[in-house]
Amino acid sequence: MSSSTSTALLSLLPFYPLLSFLVLISVGKRLTWRFAASISIAAMALSALSSFLLVTQLSDEVLVITAQLWTWFTLSGNEHIHIRFYLDGLSGVMICVVSGVGLLIHIFAAAYMKSDQHFARFMAYMNLFIVAMLILVLADNLVLLYLGWEGVGLCSFLLIGFWHHEPNNVLAARKAFIVTRVGDTAMAIALFMIFKEIGQLTISDVNQSAKILWIAGDSQPYWIALLLLGGAVGKSAQLPLQTWLPDAMAGPTPVSALIHAATMVTAGVYLIARMHGIFLLAPEVMTYVAWIGALTLLLAGIAALAQSDIKRVLAYSTMSQIGYMMLALGAGAFSAGVFHLMTHAFFKALLFLTAGAIISALHHQQNLFNMGGLAKRLPLETSLFGIGLVCLMALPGSSGFFSKEAIIAQLWSSTTAGPLLWYCAILGALLTSIYSCRLFFLAFLGKQRFDTQLQPSSSKLLTLPLLFLAMLSAFGGMFAGVLESSLANVFILIPEISLLNQPSWLHSVAISAPFIGIVFSWFYFSNYRVSSTGISSKVVEQVTPLVQFCQQGLGFDTLYRTLLVKPYLALSALNRKDVFDQLLMLNAWYIAMCYEILSISQNGKLRWYAAAIGLGVAVLLVYLTVSPSMITASAMNSTMTLAIMNPTIITLNMRAS
Amino acid sequence: MSYLSPLQWMFYLAALLAVIASIKVISGKNSVHALLYLVVSLLAVAVCFYLMGAPFAAGLEVIVYAGAILVLFVFAIMMFGLGQDEMLHAPKISSLRLWLGPVIIATTLLIQLLFVIDDSEMQTKLTSMVIDAKQVGISLYGPYLLAVEIASFLLLAGLIAGYHFAKPDGPDEHLGLQKNSNHHSRQHSLLGSSHKSGANK
Amino acid sequence: MSAIPLNHVLILACILFAIGFTGVIVRKNTLFILMSLEVMLNAVGIAFIGAGSVWQQADGQVMFILILTLAAAEVAVGLALLIQMQKRFKSLDIDLLSKLKG
Repeated sequence: MSSSTSTALLSLLPFYPLLSFLVLISVGKRLTWRFAASISIAAMALSALSSFLLVTQLSDEVLVITAQLWTWFTLSGNEHIHIRFYLDGLSGVMICVVSGVGLLIHIFAAAYMKSDQHFARFMAYMNLFIVAMLILVLADNLVLLYLGWEGVGLCSFLLIGFWHHEPNNVLAARKAFIVTRVGDTAMAIALFMIFKEIGQLTISDVNQSAKILWIAGDSQPYWIALLLLGGAVGKSAQLPLQTWLPDAMAGPTPVSALIHAATMVTAGVYLIARMHGIFLLAPEVMTYVAWIGALTLLLAGIAALAQSDIKRVLAYSTMSQIGYMMLALGAGAFSAGVFHLMTHAFFKALLFLTAGAIISALHHQQNLFNMGGLAKRLPLETSLFGIGLVCLMALPGSSGFFSKEAIIAQLWSSTTAGPLLWYCAILGALLTSIYSCRLFFLAFLGKQRFDTQLQPSSSKLLTLPLLFLAMLSAFGGMFAGVLESSLANVFILIPEISLLNQPSWLHSVAISAPFIGIVFSWFYFSNYRVSSTGISSKVVEQVTPLVQFCQQGLGFDTLYRTLLVKPYLALSALNRKDVFDQLLMLNAWYIAMCYEILSISQNGKLRWYAAAIGLGVAVLLVYLTVSPSMITASAMNSTMTLAIMNPTIITLNMRAS
Repeated sequence: MSYLSPLQWMFYLAALLAVIASIKVISGKNSVHALLYLVVSLLAVAVCFYLMGAPFAAGLEVIVYAGAILVLFVFAIMMFGLGQDEMLHAPKISSLRLWLGPVIIATTLLIQLLFVIDDSEMQTKLTSMVIDAKQVGISLYGPYLLAVEIASFLLLAGLIAGYHFAKPDGPDEHLGLQKNSNHHSRQHSLLGSSHKSGANK
Repeated sequence: MSAIPLNHVLILACILFAIGFTGVIVRKNTLFILMSLEVMLNAVGIAFIGAGSVWQQADGQVMFILILTLAAAEVAVGLALLIQMQKRFKSLDIDLLSKLKG
């Protein structure tokens, strides 16, 4: 394919879903389900096809493909902000993941949301999300990236609150938007700082200029990297801005799969990977990234152990896995982090979609403690879910294994991470396997705890994407080599972490950790998995205070509510009359007062007016006689007596001739 | 005091009389009494005019001002019963609170005017030349002819206005004192009559 | 006759003016207000006559005549209005005529 064709393909890439969005949002209500679904899926298919074609064009010679559409605006200093797409190894991975997984999820969603009244609107928003995400990952400059960033935030809001007649959904959407907004603000400040310090906003220029301008450990890259980290943390639901992700499960399941598992939450990871030039100049910030990843990992793992809603378990699991990616980036293992991003997209989408199929089969039952024994009734879903969980736990052979091991292997000897973080990662792997097993036992094994009639859907549209994703999850490890080579060209400046001086038991411990977890949960959660006859202990949720604490996200919601929300609400209740408005009204009040006071003097009484005239004359006389600036007293006196005494002056006008 | 001639003495005496009479005018309760005090004041001022060498003005003061204008006042009061009100609802005229403010304003004004007058360096004295009627007449019908014409216009306007405002409305109305002041067959106001006539068109 | 200082004439005029002014402000009866106005006009006339006497011109007296005319017309119209007021309000209290307030 010639370079002009690839440029053309690249420039059109985000516009197929955009076109579909415009059609669906304008006339979607009048279209049939078949037509609307076909439009949206066709657009996604076109995008996916273009991305695969484009990625094949990248090679050792063709490192980068760019496509400039037009110039958006110009900043001071002749810095032009173009609408330009930049395709290299990193964005190639991202567009393949986004459009590929996105296509599969769209197909699933078309079948899943078939009976919804606002189907066209749903597919329109999903397409808009893909547009925004593609712009984000293909952006050549930071402003365009920010545009995509905001776009995905908007679509997340629209899709979480899709069933907006339910107030909880709207509240969750609002919470997501506000929390990510905090991160967005930090990112915007970072952009301002970058422009101020470097004067450029094109990403490749920024990465190169940063290396020229600063050395590692300078304060400017420290602050810029810290602020960028703030932005990434918001979008990727890491500490401290992680509270929105569990509540975002209020949206439809395909939304959770697409946005909150596979793509949007990985935008933060992408940002850090993209701006590696600046991050490498701030090693302390890389350590922060690693620590944030590790802590989120552990926190989310603990929280996932106490959840009763199947989607919330998966949400905390997502949070935890993104913690892994952050850990990887913080340790300097950029390629490993991106690889884990890709595999995570596969198996998490699989898990979410399968969970969606189960939930709809059980008539929208999401509580794990009301499930059980589904292995016999829904064998296909059980096996698919099992495959997903195997990848999640990173058991050998699955794609998750390759990516997670790649990360863990580089932690010990990394300069910005270290042995302590390695231990955290291992503990995290343990926790992952424990909660995965708990989830599996509760949902699929054990006695059947529901009494509704199962309604498994047999639509091909639902099962085909699941099968695809299962295959990708299982065999995704094959992509490792391809990925490594293409990403190596991107992260060409990053020093390799030498794996020479590591203890030899690291690998074996890392591989055996999930198995230890499985064995532990086999015995600990035995009452969940055993189907019933002898054991009469019912499987109910134990609501001890510790469990509740963990269930509510380890108290972060309560913390934020007390620290931030309650004072703010108290302040706004205090300001109910709006101090600034009152200040402005002070002006109006003052004038009204003046009116009130002055209108007393206009009481319609003649004598009063005459007295006022007399008073005025008296004051005027005082002023004229006393003030020396206007007329000298003697001159004034003589003038006045002259005027009094000479009648001719006064009767001048009455002279007849 | 010995260097003041008797005529000058008379001037000061007449002035004092005028002032006292004026004070009695403004502080009286009975309107007819007040008018008579006003007449006395005007007569005193006429004496002052004469002593200032303006006999014509003195004569005019007596004839026109005291003799016509104030008599008009008296007639109006007596014919239309305008003086009744003061006897019916006489406010407490002698209360200090009522008088305090205006007296202060007027006194301030007076003091300022006196200050202004006293401060001037002109120490002119009135001459002893008398300006008699002939001079006034020549001046009046010579340079001030237009003023005379305009004054006549003024008087015509006053005449018409006076007639119009004072005329009775409607056939039941009677000029002058009404027999029963509490019973009114018609309540015609000035505006009301003109409005009615306008509506009848 | 020997000279009277102009200042004294003017002082007399001022005193009478102030008295008339006090009367206008204090009295509620419209009739008395008119009378006080007459006092004030008279005072002005004194000032004019005095001034004319100083400059040995008849202009002072001419001005006085005009003031007289003015006073006559004013009294005529004023009394007529007073008659209307009496008819309408049955009282000569000037504070009743306060519809133009506010």
